[in-house]
Amino acid sequence: MKTLFKLIPWFFLALFATEIIVVMLPKKDGALHTREFGRLPVLLGGRIQPFDSVARNTLLQIRSTGDVPLEQVPSWKFWHHPKKLKSTDWLLEAMFKPEVADTRPIFLIHHPDLISELKLGEKGVEKSGLRYYTFHELEPVLREINDQGNKAHAVEEAHQTTYQKQVAKLSNAVALYQRIKNSLQPEGTHDLTRLVADYQSALPAGLAAFRAQQNGEKADAVALKKFTDLAGQFENVANYAYPLTIPPANPEENRNAWANLGTSLLASIQSGEIHPAVNFFARMATAYGHDDAAEFNSAVAGYKTWLAPKFDKEVSKGRAEFYFNDVKAFLHATIIYIFALLLAAGALATYGLWPGFSESLRRSAFYLIALAFVVHTFGIIFRMVLEGRPPVTNLYSSAIFIGWGACVLGLVLERVYRIGLGSAVAGMAGFVTLLIAHNLALGGDTMEMLRAVLDTNFWLATHVVTVTIGYASTFVAGMLAIAYVLLGIFTPILSTPLGKPDAAGKITGDLNIGKALVRMVYGIVCFATLFSFVGTVLGGIWADQSWGRFWGWDPKENGALLIVLWNALILHARWGGLVRERGLMNLAIFGNIITAFSWFGVNMLGIGLHSYGFMEAGFVWLYYIFMPAQVALILLGLLPLNWWRSFREA
Amino acid sequence: MLDRLVRFFTSLKLTVVLLALGTVLVFWGTIAQASLGLYKAQNEFFRSFFVFWQPASGGWRIPIYPGGYMIGGLLLINLFAAHIRYYQPGKRKIGVALIHLGVVLLLVGQFLTDYLSTESSMHIRNGGTKNYSEADRDFELAITDTSEAELDTVVTIPARRLVKLDEIAVPKLPFTLRVKKFFPNSVVTDQPAPMLDPVNTTAGFGGNFRWKELPHETTMSSRDTPAGIVEPVTPQGSLGTFLVSGLLTHPQEFVHDGRKFLMQLRPVRYYKPFSLHLVEFRHDKYAGTDIPKNFSSRVRVENAGNGDSREVLIKMNTPLRYAGDTFYQASFDPDNQGTVLQVVHNPSWLTPYFSCVLVSIGLLIQFLTHLFRFAAKRKTA
Repeated sequence: MKTLFKLIPWFFLALFATEIIVVMLPKKDGALHTREFGRLPVLLGGRIQPFDSVARNTLLQIRSTGDVPLEQVPSWKFWHHPKKLKSTDWLLEAMFKPEVADTRPIFLIHHPDLISELKLGEKGVEKSGLRYYTFHELEPVLREINDQGNKAHAVEEAHQTTYQKQVAKLSNAVALYQRIKNSLQPEGTHDLTRLVADYQSALPAGLAAFRAQQNGEKADAVALKKFTDLAGQFENVANYAYPLTIPPANPEENRNAWANLGTSLLASIQSGEIHPAVNFFARMATAYGHDDAAEFNSAVAGYKTWLAPKFDKEVSKGRAEFYFNDVKAFLHATIIYIFALLLAAGALATYGLWPGFSESLRRSAFYLIALAFVVHTFGIIFRMVLEGRPPVTNLYSSAIFIGWGACVLGLVLERVYRIGLGSAVAGMAGFVTLLIAHNLALGGDTMEMLRAVLDTNFWLATHVVTVTIGYASTFVAGMLAIAYVLLGIFTPILSTPLGKPDAAGKITGDLNIGKALVRMVYGIVCFATLFSFVGTVLGGIWADQSWGRFWGWDPKENGALLIVLWNALILHARWGGLVRERGLMNLAIFGNIITAFSWFGVNMLGIGLHSYGFMEAGFVWLYYIFMPAQVALILLGLLPLNWWRSFREA
Repeated sequence: MLDRLVRFFTSLKLTVVLLALGTVLVFWGTIAQASLGLYKAQNEFFRSFFVFWQPASGGWRIPIYPGGYMIGGLLLINLFAAHIRYYQPGKRKIGVALIHLGVVLLLVGQFLTDYLSTESSMHIRNGGTKNYSEADRDFELAITDTSEAELDTVVTIPARRLVKLDEIAVPKLPFTLRVKKFFPNSVVTDQPAPMLDPVNTTAGFGGNFRWKELPHETTMSSRDTPAGIVEPVTPQGSLGTFLVSGLLTHPQEFVHDGRKFLMQLRPVRYYKPFSLHLVEFRHDKYAGTDIPKNFSSRVRVENAGNGDSREVLIKMNTPLRYAGDTFYQASFDPDNQGTVLQVVHNPSWLTPYFSCVLVSIGLLIQFLTHLFRFAAKRKTA
């Protein structure tokens, strides 16, 4: 039995570590080298990214998922992975086989009024209460969607109704989809290679005729018509293409002068030459349309070789980001966190009842948290390198970093007090924050370029990081306090003595789990005070550097100040003897409300210089679920001591 | 009695109560910004001794909650008093002393900032030069005597003086000003607008305009535009009534005693002993997007007083500090051909820097000693 208990933690660690290694190993391409295509660099949103990121972020905006499931699997069969169209495969289809892409259910509509308004009730597929529609199904009501969308866009975002938001989102999604379809060839083209070749051969005669006409001489009307017809086809691409796919002709001059395929072809009228990248893309388009894998692969490989000497940096950025997208480090960390949380909860529940088993579970949880921490850290560092930025640049990355910070604190606590609480806190925090981050990522690109005022690595690295650690630690204190209240009221665990048993097998000393928790919360509140104060003042100094005032009572500033005030209040109340153990816990739980308000709540007020996003569902969660739950916990914490199982006189 | 007072002001209980009151105030003041706007909420909640409640009817103002100055001031007294009463020299307390010293410095610095600092802005077009900045919200009535060939004499009257609607005598002027009407915020237009009232003036170009009083603006980006009707009155009689408005870019003209006067309601001006010349404003965007990458103004500082003449680049997060003023890149013209610099004069701007260092060191000392003591205890246990 003892050996088994010793082996269990190593078994869990080996199991999850193997999974991570398998995920991280390079994967093979299929017959069609679509992964290789997915790595190719393009310019979008001001930054170089691979086609795969364009595909993923577009799908997130349209369908709120990164892939397109190809079969319907009932949700209770969670072990059955449905076949999926990966993001890049979907992008290739949309660009090169739009008639197939039009039949994929990708448009998510979940406002019942909108569905009935567009008379879509009978159509679409349903999954987990959400309805998805194909472009074909939407085609008859495109005009209506566009009109309604324009109306909704005319209303300021903060004043839009849910319906208007949905309509605006749908009309954006439809427009985005149509831009994607026209990104590398005019929609409906079946042989782009020939079209480009025709254009190239018609160019000299057409141009000559055009000049002749301009000078009032006799022009070759046939040549001119042929040329203008061909050029006209590329105009749609020039106007609507989404990513900029054609690299600059003179990268030494301006590395950022990327163009789309249409503008590049129209620019050929001036230069008389077709950009080599256009020819490679044309070959890919034709080959994909005709299911010619060998030709497609050779075109992709050829383009890569052509890019290599001049665009080495861009190619490796594309490769790296593709790998990052593919590994999904944060998703795997989330899975390990939730598993570790369950193990830690098991360890706590059996603490003192079945010591050997409890210790085995506790160790398993600790090892898994450590593993999740490694994966989480890997993800954060990879992102930092990709962006060339400190870890926190937007709300999304702040969620990821808060989880990471809480995980560090949890690991330290677990090293000091080996009872499973530290692991439980780390698991809970990691799981919840990564889940929040996942939902925040549904808005699209999470590595967007930073607006001018934020474009400063110094302040991002100092103020933003410290203040985020302040958030993380205040949350950790609040979570420990919640554990104290729940364990104290519903279990006898808090009075379980802590320490090494003596020769007689008895544990002496007056330290018990409850007292240990009090020390943890106190220590973490001290830590939180340090970081939130320094972070807030650094923020003020940044504001002084960029706006000319140290403090402007802006909502985000006030939010940070609230955390400082509250932590200071907790410490002074404790020093002054105004609160004892339970009081300390209740104050720390209230800290959760204050931190959540400061982190998310103020963004929902939609005022001030710091507001960067309005999240409707988040609003409901925060104000109707999270905050009332904290209040309920505080009320529980106020129950008289003889209601607490841990403190009831035996 | 004195003993009880000392005990009250030195107690930790007072600290906790003040921190709790402060937490509520900050929260309330933040929420209130949604309806009052940032500027007004700041003044009512944080830059005040009391938060007032004004019943819908009657001119009552009932203080219902301590404001920012009250809580901050009491916290200061509490801190000082506690330190005087409990301070013992020695290593153990040095952390706490440093933290509190830093907090005191921060609070005092912010009081000083509120009272001593002025904010204004300077709008310069490409190639233009300015030697004054303009207040963001305060207006003044400027009357210029153009009778001397070499030198114009300008007399200014703050707009808040006009609100009283009385007769103002200015020693340098050969007439008094009777303020007939004054709206702190208004709309004024020369377009046909049936919703607005006609402006009834007897002189100047006010007669072609229509206007209406508006409530105070509440959002961050919009400002009040005052307007009014004033009547210069000489001992010989009235010179007529004139429309003045913050919206009018042309001054009203009138002649008295052979002297020509110009009258204009304009943002308060702060003249500088130096001037800024805008060489070039740049608004860079990320490739292929409308996301601003950088705003910057290349300006030349010209100071005849000390012969300074140098070029500097002002951009986001890199202001120009010169002669006690700080110039920040704040905004720009829609055509990208002009810049708006925020000009801040704040003698106490360094206090937060010192405070941050003091408190950080103090907190570190405090918590590291705790941590080491805790670690040592665990080792011996």
